Amino acid sequence: MIAALLVMIGISLLLGAVLGFSAIKFHVEGNPLVEKIDAVLPQTQCGQCGYPGCKPYAEAIAKGEADINLCPPGGEEGIRKLAELLGVDFKPFGEGAGPKAKSVAFIDENICIGCTLCLQACPVDAIVGAAKQMHTIIASECTGCELCLAPCPVDCISMHTIPQYIGNWKWQYPTHSIVQVTAR
Amino acid sequence: MRQLFKFHGGVHAETHKAESTRTPIAQCAIPSKLVIPLHQHVGNRAVPTVQVGERVLKGQIIGRPEGRLSSAVHASTSGTVSAIDMQTVAHFSGLPDLCVTIIPDGNDEWIPHSGVDYKQTPHTELRHRLREAGIVGLGGAVFPSDMKSYSNKHKIKTLVLNGAECEPYITCDDLLMRERAADILHGAEVLRELLYAEEVLIGIEDNKPEAIAAMQQAVNDDRHARMEVIAVPTLYPGGGAKQLIRVLTGIEVAAGVRSTEMGVQCFNVATAWCAWRAITYGEPLLARIVTVTGNVERAQNYEVLLGTPVDELVVQAGSKPDTYKHIMGGPMMGVDLPSGAVGVTKATNCIIEASPAMFPPPQPAMPCIRCARCADVCPAELQPQDLYWFAKSDNFGKTQEFSLFDCIECGACAYVCPSHIPLVQYYRYAKNEIWQREKEQQAAELARERHEYRQFRIEREKQEKAERLAQKEKAALAAKPPAATPLPVAADQNADPNNTLQMRVDTDIARSNMQMRIDAATARAKEQAAAAQPKNTVALTPQQQAEIAEIEARRAKFHANASHSGADDESSKQ
Amino acid sequence: MWSSPFITTPTTVSQIMLRVLIALFPGIALYVWYFGPAILVSITLASITALACEAAMLKLRNRPLKPFLSDNSALITGWLLALSIPSLAPWWLVVVGTAFGIVVAKHLYGGLGNNPFNPAMIGYAVLIISFPMHMTHWISPHGLGGIELSFAEQLNYIFSGVLPGGSTLDALTTATPLDTLKTQLHLGLPVDAIREMPIFGYLGGKGGEMVAIGFVIGGGYLLLTRVINWVIPATYLGTLFAIAAIFHLADPVHYVAPLFHWFSGAAMLGAFFIYTDPIGSPNSHKGQVIYAAGAALLTYLIRTFGGFPDGVAFAALLMNICVPLIDAYTQPKVFGKKGGGK
Repeated sequence: MIAALLVMIGISLLLGAVLGFSAIKFHVEGNPLVEKIDAVLPQTQCGQCGYPGCKPYAEAIAKGEADINLCPPGGEEGIRKLAELLGVDFKPFGEGAGPKAKSVAFIDENICIGCTLCLQACPVDAIVGAAKQMHTIIASECTGCELCLAPCPVDCISMHTIPQYIGNWKWQYPTHSIVQVTAR
Repeated sequence: MRQLFKFHGGVHAETHKAESTRTPIAQCAIPSKLVIPLHQHVGNRAVPTVQVGERVLKGQIIGRPEGRLSSAVHASTSGTVSAIDMQTVAHFSGLPDLCVTIIPDGNDEWIPHSGVDYKQTPHTELRHRLREAGIVGLGGAVFPSDMKSYSNKHKIKTLVLNGAECEPYITCDDLLMRERAADILHGAEVLRELLYAEEVLIGIEDNKPEAIAAMQQAVNDDRHARMEVIAVPTLYPGGGAKQLIRVLTGIEVAAGVRSTEMGVQCFNVATAWCAWRAITYGEPLLARIVTVTGNVERAQNYEVLLGTPVDELVVQAGSKPDTYKHIMGGPMMGVDLPSGAVGVTKATNCIIEASPAMFPPPQPAMPCIRCARCADVCPAELQPQDLYWFAKSDNFGKTQEFSLFDCIECGACAYVCPSHIPLVQYYRYAKNEIWQREKEQQAAELARERHEYRQFRIEREKQEKAERLAQKEKAALAAKPPAATPLPVAADQNADPNNTLQMRVDTDIARSNMQMRIDAATARAKEQAAAAQPKNTVALTPQQQAEIAEIEARRAKFHANASHSGADDESSKQ
Repeated sequence: MWSSPFITTPTTVSQIMLRVLIALFPGIALYVWYFGPAILVSITLASITALACEAAMLKLRNRPLKPFLSDNSALITGWLLALSIPSLAPWWLVVVGTAFGIVVAKHLYGGLGNNPFNPAMIGYAVLIISFPMHMTHWISPHGLGGIELSFAEQLNYIFSGVLPGGSTLDALTTATPLDTLKTQLHLGLPVDAIREMPIFGYLGGKGGEMVAIGFVIGGGYLLLTRVINWVIPATYLGTLFAIAAIFHLADPVHYVAPLFHWFSGAAMLGAFFIYTDPIGSPNSHKGQVIYAAGAALLTYLIRTFGGFPDGVAFAALLMNICVPLIDAYTQPKVFGKKGGGK
């Protein structure tokens, strides 16, 4: 009786020590879930989700405050990935909140007055220019977030959809099967 | 007899080669116009160096190589440049690409050119000549040859010359070997010299006895040392570089590994021939042998100027009226040409005129019954039925686990599939999707980095500002002790006008504060815009005005073109 | 815009399936020769049921009828089932079995190509579990001395269950050789003595052994036309032979000779027609070896130690379950990545 008790106590002490040790040894800084969610988000930093950037949105999702269907640039694919990551059900975009064709901002250099307001709005520093100098967009850095459109006092910024050309052309899902199978 | 090796799978398709080997190579007449794409090779698109209206000579560079991996493009004959614009090219997509259109003058006037003796010339110079001559792999991969003829890091033992030509219908290499064997071997010597290779193995499928005999004869005649002509069994895709290397040397070059790392390099026979012409005579790559076959009166091989519209080429072979499409390349891996107006490129080894009887439209696909016939014929030893299953359900992670990128798209699987599933298209679709996702992931990564740096910068500026303020305060305090102290909180808010993101979460006060500032700025800006009269445009010389007008015109044109060419330019600069 | 390749072999799914049907002919012909034409009635019933169920399910699932009805796969299911159950079984037995196979085992899993289990074997399993009595009345082969019914009398029995006056079912039918062997061994008779009984032939059961040879001929045709490859039949028969031989050599009194296992029951039908079903078998040769060897082992164990008369069907179903696992562990190495390379 005593022996059994002692053995049980010994085992629990040992396991407790192992658990305690690993809690210290394998301690993870920060919230790894936020990092994982952030990695799925498209990093446009557009704020369309209602949060100031992708990271804050990721934090909100991790806390369970935000829904997973608030990110139009991520597309349905993005929602699907989030659903899979978080083990929740897929949820379609709300009314009129679907993704748009990918585009980049374009500054009409004739109209630009060099006010630098768009520079300050751009979340990824993709606009070059200085006060009273013409501004221009570095197309390869532009995430298409549209945050520069609103601040522009002279409405010289427009969004250009990225056209299809040989370099970004893709093979389509084969369609001449006997049953019209749809992808996904 | 050399010991040959085997590769897994392969198919025996009807070869249809006899039709086009009855007559020797014919010269294709100079066409009414040449449509020469500036992107005929792997790597960066060549940059146009001529202007519309300019007269060009045969062999003149019209596209200069851009960046390390690129190749030059030349005028195939003398004439006048009539356009430099987006035209449909020989590509799966049917989308346009930048082409130079030349109206030939019929004189076929050469630009002055001269060759060198390759033995007396440094290798760098030889490679430069290959690049400037636009020599690329003519087997279909069009990889710039100068980039393939380095051997500094890896000791290359074997140079494989690919004359296998395994695809049905195509006979251009066969005829070239029959008629120009000596020069092919000279070219092989140049490449051997560049690679410091010990031996040269020339692999030719055993269904081309004439070519084998001609090449053997040439080896003997010119007493080429350590050069061997080897008949390899006829089995598609035995002419794939990896398969041929495997058959000849027993070495398996995995996907993503360069064959040079394993001591082998492989060139097509036609590439060797062109390299010889380029080095010894200074003749750039202006024409290539093209097999015109299929639904034609006279199937034959032609030496065709690059840029010759396919329509004008097939007329010479007597294309029959029920032809409903042109296939560029062979029936197993070819491209269904979007139009007959596209120009012949360096990759055009064959044009098959297709009639509905010879090449019926694809049958509807039945479900996969997992019969594994595809796995039996796959030369890459993949499990095509599994890859299909995953690609079909967009399970791209799994496709990569099952080595999708080892697929060489040879089409053997789809050829034998009893359910007639377009397997290759599924693999191409999956590959494209994966590439795009990777690109998007990289873009997101870049955006994240830039965003994080921006936030760091804003934070730093804020701190610096606060420090400066504190110092000023201190100084002010020291100078005038009892004077009014500025409100640090207000100062902080005022000092932070540029973080729009933070703006969203700031207090309402800060927001209205900001709004006022923005309104003020907007008003100012509008005022300025109204009064906008850039100082640097006042009092211009007529010359400057003309210049500005020209720039404006160009800009307008750019905007007009932006829908197709704009993004292209941007991306090619990336 | 189509993708290459622009040419394909003329082989189609329906052609492959048709060849399987053709390959069943010699076996069926010998069946008729030795056991009478009742089997043709079962096959006809099974074919009609299979096509009707296939059509109904295709309609329900919104799939085009013509390509799938003409792919002959439903017919194979029907024929294999008809060949697996007693030919003198009542008509509804064939219909229920076939319908279950097509509706549940095939279409509810997604139709052609998506069924993890062999539909015919599922149909068989359902019947033998639900109606074991009806599944034991095998017609006696010619010349065994029992009463033989005319074709009209057989038809009458199949559709109405009425036997001609004076005869009983037991007089017409007999247990299968495998069943007899099992029962007699239980009664303590040695194998040699049991095999002296009239229902046994040279290799297996009288008549049954010849049908099995018919299936071997059909299998040869399938091998020649490359509809199936040799791996599964060879491994299956080889393993079955080897296991039977080991037991037989160790204790010839209680364990029957390996050739008997080959030529009795559904072993040959299984080796060439059931285990070779591509949908439910592994893709790589290595996987096929594991699959067929496992099936042979299970067949032997069920036959020798289990409660069911034959083990072919259950072995097929049990091995069908293992296919995804076998496939996962027998992925062939791809070109250039063998031998510890990257």
